This record gives sequence, C-alpha cells and structure tokens, in this order.
Amino acid sequence: MSTETLSTPLADEKYHGLTAEQIEQLGTELDALRQRVLADLGEADAAYLRKVVTTQRKMEIAGRALFYLPVVGWLPAVACLSVSKILDNMEIGHNVMHGQYDFLGDPAFNSRMFDWDTVCPGEQWKYSHNYIHHTFTNIVGKDRDVGYGILRMDPDQKWHPYYLGNPLYAFLLMTFFEWGVALHDLEVENIVSGKRKLSDNKPLYPGLIRKIRRQAVKDYVLFPALTGPLFPLTFAGNAVANLVRNVWAFNIIFCGHFPAGVASFSEEETANETRGHWYLRQMLGSANIKGGKLMHLMSGNLSHQIEHHLFPDLPARRYPELAVEVQEICERYGLPYNTGRLHQQLWSVFKKICRYSLPGGDAKVAPVRGPGTVTEDSLAA
Amino acid sequence: MSALISPPVSGGAGPLVGRLLRSRLAAALTTPHGVDRYLERLNPMWAAHEVRARVVSVHRETSGTDSAPVATLTLQPTSTWRGHRAGQHVLVGVELPGSAKRHTRAFSISSAASAPGERFTLTIRAHVEGQVSSYLVREAQPGTLLHLSQAQGEFTLVESPATPTISRLLFITGGSGITPAMSMVRTLLRDGYDGHAGRKVTFLHFARSPEDQIFADELAAIAAADNGVDVHLRYGDQLFSEFELRRLVPDFRDTDTWLCGPAGLVELVKNAYADPASRELSPRLRMEFFKPAVARAAAPGEEVAGEVSFTRSGATAAATGASLLEQAEELGLKPEFGCRMGICFSCTRTKTAGTVRNVLTGEESSLPDEEIRICVTAAAGDCHIDL
Repeated sequence: MSTETLSTPLADEKYHGLTAEQIEQLGTELDALRQRVLADLGEADAAYLRKVVTTQRKMEIAGRALFYLPVVGWLPAVACLSVSKILDNMEIGHNVMHGQYDFLGDPAFNSRMFDWDTVCPGEQWKYSHNYIHHTFTNIVGKDRDVGYGILRMDPDQKWHPYYLGNPLYAFLLMTFFEWGVALHDLEVENIVSGKRKLSDNKPLYPGLIRKIRRQAVKDYVLFPALTGPLFPLTFAGNAVANLVRNVWAFNIIFCGHFPAGVASFSEEETANETRGHWYLRQMLGSANIKGGKLMHLMSGNLSHQIEHHLFPDLPARRYPELAVEVQEICERYGLPYNTGRLHQQLWSVFKKICRYSLPGGDAKVAPVRGPGTVTEDSLAA
Repeated sequence: MSALISPPVSGGAGPLVGRLLRSRLAAALTTPHGVDRYLERLNPMWAAHEVRARVVSVHRETSGTDSAPVATLTLQPTSTWRGHRAGQHVLVGVELPGSAKRHTRAFSISSAASAPGERFTLTIRAHVEGQVSSYLVREAQPGTLLHLSQAQGEFTLVESPATPTISRLLFITGGSGITPAMSMVRTLLRDGYDGHAGRKVTFLHFARSPEDQIFADELAAIAAADNGVDVHLRYGDQLFSEFELRRLVPDFRDTDTWLCGPAGLVELVKNAYADPASRELSPRLRMEFFKPAVARAAAPGEEVAGEVSFTRSGATAAATGASLLEQAEELGLKPEFGCRMGICFSCTRTKTAGTVRNVLTGEESSLPDEEIRICVTAAAGDCHIDL
C-alpha cells in the first residue's frame, strides 16, 4: 500500500460505518454512564483508595526494614519494595494525578499537590499525559505517547533506517522506563525535528533535577547508608525494585494502545471532532487486558485502558463495573472491544515493535469483530 | 484524656522526636510524600507539619428556640499548632459522613490566645444552609477529628499577650461576630487586665433576641465584675445608631475599635466612623467581614444574570453563560488550560464564592472555596474566581 492512500481520511471505515447521528447517540449514552458514576461517588471510593495507600505504605516500610536482614531478607525486601512502587505509581499516583479523587477535598489526594515515587515530576507528567495524551489519543503526530518519540509503532510514522533498532530501543525504554517518562517531557524528538527550541525546555530543568536528586538520594544514598555495612546489598535491592517497577509499568502501558487492532488517527481525520467522535476515538484507540482482581490492582486498573480513556477522571476502581456496560455498548454499535490476556496483548505488541522496525506497514484498521474476542493481527494482511 | 493528647512530638522525649520528624533527613527518606503521609496512617493526631485536632467537648451555647443553635467546641490540636492571637480565625476541614468529601470553612476562635499545642475553642452557629456549621454544631462529638490550618488573620489585639498599652478599647459586634471580640476580652481578663488606670473597654453587641445571645452568663459576669469592661447588649429592633455610640464613647472615632458582624451592621458603623467632611474612614476602626454575600443563581432555564469577578486580576464581566475560561480570555486574561473539555484538570481554579454550573452535567454548585475546571464551568449568577 502506498503512503498516499495511508493519509487519506478513512472516516467511514475507521468509524465502522457509524453515521454522525449514531456517533452522537453513542456520546450521549457514554455521558449518561459517566453521570451515573459521578452521582454515586462517595465513601466507598475514599475507603478503597485509603486501603490501597495503607497497603502501599506497609509494603514500603516492610521492604525498607527487610533490608536489615542479610541473605534471607533481601529477596522479600525487593518484592515488597517493588509492589510498593508499583502501587504507588499505578493505582495511586497515576489515578490521583488524573484528578480522580479531587472530589474528596483531601490535599493528600489532590491532583494539584500529589507527586509519585518515580523520577518524573508529577507536575510535568500531568501536562504530557493528562492533557496531550488523553486529549489527542492515538493521533499520529500529536499524541507523543505513540512510540514515545523513540519507537516507530504506527505505519503513519515515516520509516527511517534509525528504526531498525526498534526492538533494542523498546528494550532500553522498558529497562529505564521511569527515566524515559521523565525525559519524555523534554520532547527531544521535537527538538531534533526543529519543532521545539532547546530553550523551551529551560523552565523544566529545575523541577526535573530536583525530583531526580531527591529520588536518587533516597534510594541510592540514604536508605542504603542506613543499613550500614549492608550498603551494597540495599543499594542493589533498591535498584532492582525500581527495575521491576519499570518493566511492569512499561508492559502494562504498552498493552494499552499498541496491540494489534488498535486504531490510530491522523490530524485531518480528527479536526472538528464532536464529543461523540472523541469518545469513539478513545474506544478504538485503546486496548484492555483480561485478568483477575490482582491484575487490575497492580496495573492501576489500566487493564481497563478503554474505560480509563473514556472516563479518565472517574476513580479507577469503577472501571470493572463500567467495562460491563461499555462492552455491551460496543456490541450494540458493532464496535470492536479490544481485549486479551496479558501474554496475548504482549505478544501482539512485541510483533508490532519488530514489524515497524522495517519500512511500510498496513494502515488499515481491523475489520469489525464480535466483542470480547481477541483481535487478530491485521498486519499480516 | 491521654488518648486525646498523645502526639509523640510533644512532652517528655517529644521535642527530640519532633525535631527528628521535621528534619531534612526525615523529609528525604519520605520523599515525595512527606512525613505526615506516613504518620497519619498510624495515628491522625501524630503530625510533623500539618495541624489536626480532636473535639474534646461540645457545649451548647443558646437555648435553641430558633433554628440556628450555637455550640462551642473545645479542641485539642496536634503539637504542630503554633497557637493563636486573640481575634484570629482558623480553617476547619471536616469530612461529612455519607459523602466522604472534606469541606473547609473558616471559623473565628472564641477562646483566649493560645500557646503552641494548647487547647482552644470554636463557637459556631449552625446556619440553615451551612452543611459544615450544622454538622459541627449538631453532630460533632468528643473524638471527632478535624483538619486545621494554622491560625490566620490580622483582626487581632496588640501583639503582646499582656495588658495592652493602648488606653481604650471598643468592640462592636453582631450575631456570631462576637467570637473574635470575645477571644480578645477573654485574653485581656485572663492576662490580668483590670480595667483601671483609665483603660476602659466598651463591648457593644447586637443579637436577634436574648435567647440568641451567645456567652450570656459569662458576659453578665464580666459586666458585674469590677474590671472596667462595660457590656451593652442590644436585641431585635435595637439597631446600631451613631447617636447611641456617641453617648457610650464620645470620642469613638479616636478610639481603637474592632468591628465584626453582618453586612448591615458593618455598613452602619462604617458610616459613623467616616469623617463627616472627607468621608474618610477612621484608621482606628478595624473590621472583619463575614464572607460577602453574592446574589442568588438563576433558576434552571432562566437567563443567567450576574457578575463574574476574577479576584486576583480584578477583572469583572457580566455572566454570559460561556465557560469561565472563555470569559477570562475575553477579558484578556491568560489562564492555564489544556484539553478545554474537562478531562485534563490543567485549568482547575478555586471558586471562592457564588454559584456556577458545570456545562457538561448541568450541575450547579454554590459551595465556597471549591475547585472547578473553568473550561467546563460557567457562571450561574454572581461568582468569584481566584484568577
């Protein structure tokens, strides 16, 4: 397929043949769903969040303490600290900074004040994530989460020999994910392409450096030093916990938008979008992961990426109940509902990373499928 | 009692523990969340920086023939409480049962000036539409936890807690505006002020009825004692008059005066304190207002009428029904924004007063000091935005 046809608006096909009226109707239905949950927010949501926070704090304290037991304590310490960091970043940090719990009026869980246990300053992440990514989801050229400015994840991204390293870059991004997220806001790729001036980043440096210093001092100086002669073990343990969190977060996040069958959009297609269209793009541009309660908790409910993208400011614990209705809506409108087990979605993402290291790629959206079925790789076409 | 006063950062080994918890080391170890985020999991009365308090006792002040009863809450704050000067107020955050939402309101402190960590009292009237005041007056019990700010406000007695050096004091208060003045008089009397040597205190208070009179017994005792404090209580139709004030305090415009009460009273007193020729207010008059009342919102379907005030910039405009973000931009302001559709929270601002409508949900809200996303919120009447 030539690149000319790729950039042609594929409106009808992309929107699965829905008429403008049907898309408006879809928007109204989703608005109503949102309203119902909003009206019901209250003590149960607060209690859930506080329970998760208590668990996370206990895990962290247990992890820090177990490093004092040489040999037998090390592995459990790393496990506790990893779980603590994952909960902190995903079910707590990501969701609180989306404003999901602003309604509580508690400064501890206010999106404007919260910061998370990673080197990326929450303040900067909120701009690139809450605003850029959630507003322009999967619009190639606007959503900087498509490939994170490093990878080629979509045929609409022009191929370059640089992308032969796609799998390697993905591996490095996974390993150093928190650093990738922190440096993401500097928009290095836009500076390289001349869309952004180096001086535009100046205001970001102080916050970034402060946050990096604090995180590094805590994990790599103070806590190891407090264990005295066990310094090297604690140091290594903290590094491994950060790594575990990085690998997990990367995998969950890449399963959210990059499995096969997820649609991407062009700027032309999405100009003059209505609210209904915006909802539709969120649904078609996201993918879920099937799993049990633990899976949902540890992924910050980003296993319900579709529901999260439809309702980013509703408390994530509501996504499982919303998923039932969203899936039913998809069924009625003949829309795909992209979900699968973790390993299936990961395999699909892996194939995409490898496929797009080479030129070309089929921009066609996957055809309409029955809901709930795992999408097959449309790239084979 | 020990259960109520158990902060580890006060008493005994306290100062050391407190210093440690407030140290840079503790901050570095608990980054990015901070020491208090860990302490609060263990005991809400343990704090290194934040202030919280437990209600120790609740005392009903008025006999309650009306619909707006008054109660005095005695609070035991955490050791982080830095104390207050007489006349100051405190922001009180309460989690209302059923909603889990924390609501924050300002209340004057009614007890004499407090030292760090010391108990103090709030005297609160349960307003008909005041969720927070109603809850505190009717439902707060010993043990109830409150979130506090440090004491704030400049409507205070002189800095020194001892007898003031100024010669004469005048308090003019109305309704629950009596609380800061009461704190000042209590401070004076506690600290040995005896009213002699020509330092008279005149206390002029307006209440709706004798049944509504807060601190009636204590005021009677103060009036009866030989302390140089004159107490004048006026009820019902007995409005403030300059003539009467001149009779009580002939040189009132040159007397240090503290005025606190409803808007109507404040207007009358201000008129009296304005220089007849220049209309300039006497610098001796210090005032504290109740939150300015804003006009009621339009009924659903009714055309929106009202004024939007962006309080930080001083810009105002007639409410048009457009989003507050658009209205601000039309006035040439440049508030931060992102998605312009209510999802990214970049444009969140505080509405300090008035009524707004969420344009997505149609939901109206009149809560003071509420965070709103100005891209999806429009004025539904007069409103004040911190922008």
